[in-house]
Amino acid sequence: MGMRTIRYFLGRFGGAAATLFAIVTISFFLMRLAPGGPFDEEQNLPADAMANLKARYGFDQPLWNQYGRYLAALARGDFGPSYRYRDVTVTELIGQGLPVSATLGAIAIALALCVGVALGTAAALRQDSLADHGAMVLAVAGIAIPSFVLLPFLDLIFGIHLHWLPVAGWERGSAPHLLLPVLVLCLPPLATIARLTRAGMLDVMRSPYVRTAFAKGLPLSTVILRHAMRPALVPVAGYLVPAVAAIMTGSLVVESIAGLPGIGRYLVQGALNRDYTLVLGMVIVYSTFLIGMGLLVDLLYAWLDPRIRFRP
Amino acid sequence: MSGIWRDTARRLRSNRLALGAAGFILGIALLSIVGPLVDANRFDSLDWSNIAVAPGAQHGHWLGTDRLGRDMLVRTLDGTRISLLIGMIAASMSLVVGVAYGAIAGFAGGGIDRWMMRLVEIMSGLPLIFFVILLTVLFGRGLFLLLSSIGAIGWLTMARIVRGQTLSVRRREFIEAAVAGGAGPARIIFKHVVPNVIGPVIVYAMLTVPQMILFESFLSFLGLGIQEPHASLGTLIADGAGEMEAAPWILLVPGGLLALLLLSFNLFGDCLRDALGSDGS
Repeated sequence: MGMRTIRYFLGRFGGAAATLFAIVTISFFLMRLAPGGPFDEEQNLPADAMANLKARYGFDQPLWNQYGRYLAALARGDFGPSYRYRDVTVTELIGQGLPVSATLGAIAIALALCVGVALGTAAALRQDSLADHGAMVLAVAGIAIPSFVLLPFLDLIFGIHLHWLPVAGWERGSAPHLLLPVLVLCLPPLATIARLTRAGMLDVMRSPYVRTAFAKGLPLSTVILRHAMRPALVPVAGYLVPAVAAIMTGSLVVESIAGLPGIGRYLVQGALNRDYTLVLGMVIVYSTFLIGMGLLVDLLYAWLDPRIRFRP
Repeated sequence: MSGIWRDTARRLRSNRLALGAAGFILGIALLSIVGPLVDANRFDSLDWSNIAVAPGAQHGHWLGTDRLGRDMLVRTLDGTRISLLIGMIAASMSLVVGVAYGAIAGFAGGGIDRWMMRLVEIMSGLPLIFFVILLTVLFGRGLFLLLSSIGAIGWLTMARIVRGQTLSVRRREFIEAAVAGGAGPARIIFKHVVPNVIGPVIVYAMLTVPQMILFESFLSFLGLGIQEPHASLGTLIADGAGEMEAAPWILLVPGGLLALLLLSFNLFGDCLRDALGSDGS
């Protein structure tokens, strides 16, 4: 890596950090702008008890002080107390939920990538074959059938009628419990990845250097794996951040339906309970992941397509 | 201009898939408006003698009832109307904002363009669904907020498409002629640039509608959108998912309809793109 590459990535890193800071700031002040406090539903509370309650959560301080204190706590990894779950901090809730969500998300994205790329490549190599039509049907289904319809529907068939799989629960990540949630979660990005790979592969296979590789007498598998695959995957790399976002969004629904104790479920419950600190913490965690993914994708781009390495 | 539209209409008419999809959407839309008016049941009327009955004609509820004895046919049609309406309004909002933003950025060029598009880039990098959830937490769960938050995330891609198109027509002779004729920038943008970039815009707007419907259903499913006793397809599916063991039709009726609607919108959008002969990007 030359100086310019390093400087480019330092600049990207700075930009990502600035974006994250902006998200934290905007979310914090939005939260404080909200009409009504989190304790409005406390009934018949004496005035001094209410004052104590507000002091406990720092509401007696000026807004800028609250912001400074939140940032300082955040730097130590402390997301503050949850307003609703009184004896638990948001950090503890995240600590409990994150491994579940991360497991679910990692399996889903890995599956979407592997199966999507394989299916897209097969479809591109044999146009109008079973793989091609299968990929197209899957792509359409992935777009049209939302996760919150598909998962209950699959639960109905495999869980309730056939009794093959459990309908809900986590059970320390046992495979049968995870199968349907992961399947539903990975289907939409899988469909898009298959379509992107197919288009990219068709494009690359027509290029002169692939023709040269064939002319040299290289076998098909070598041409695909060593020459065609990397450039064909550039559009897929571009889709990775939206794919992760799609899986995060999907996990909100899937965790709620399947009763998985991940952070997606906490976000939804926090939103329904108006638990501001919990929602704020979740938004920060999700944003950090997504922005980090964006940085990773930039590195990946540079590896996939050398021409991009020296983009200004 | 009119020649292009006549060609497009002719190609669409000869495409059975496009006709089928459009017919299905229009039919459902019409049914969702007329159905609740002519049916004897109302979306919030309770029939205590027929709680969670299966679909059938003998008790007067063709598609069964939910656990409160509300007619599923009327509720689904009513919810479909709300879902379609929200989808259309949100798509129109993203159309107006996206076209204006993209055309101005593309036409202005230079530093203005750079900063305007950087803002779009930053915003599309954010997990906007989480911001929508944050907004619904803060400002309650009204229809207006639902619409504005959905509209607020919809316009980004549109702005990008319109800007790209604007850049491609900006140096053409008819723009130069308009400038020479003394037209101001606002007039040039909305009278000369926008009409000439409208093809891909219409295609993308068509594809935005199902996205918006899906997004609204998603929020409503989580309980953050439409509130009882009103229903959209999302809340109906959420109700159904809770009852599917005993009464699967409460899930299958709205779920199936939503899937078919999304499929039809996407298919029609794809056909429209092919018929217009533009790749929409």
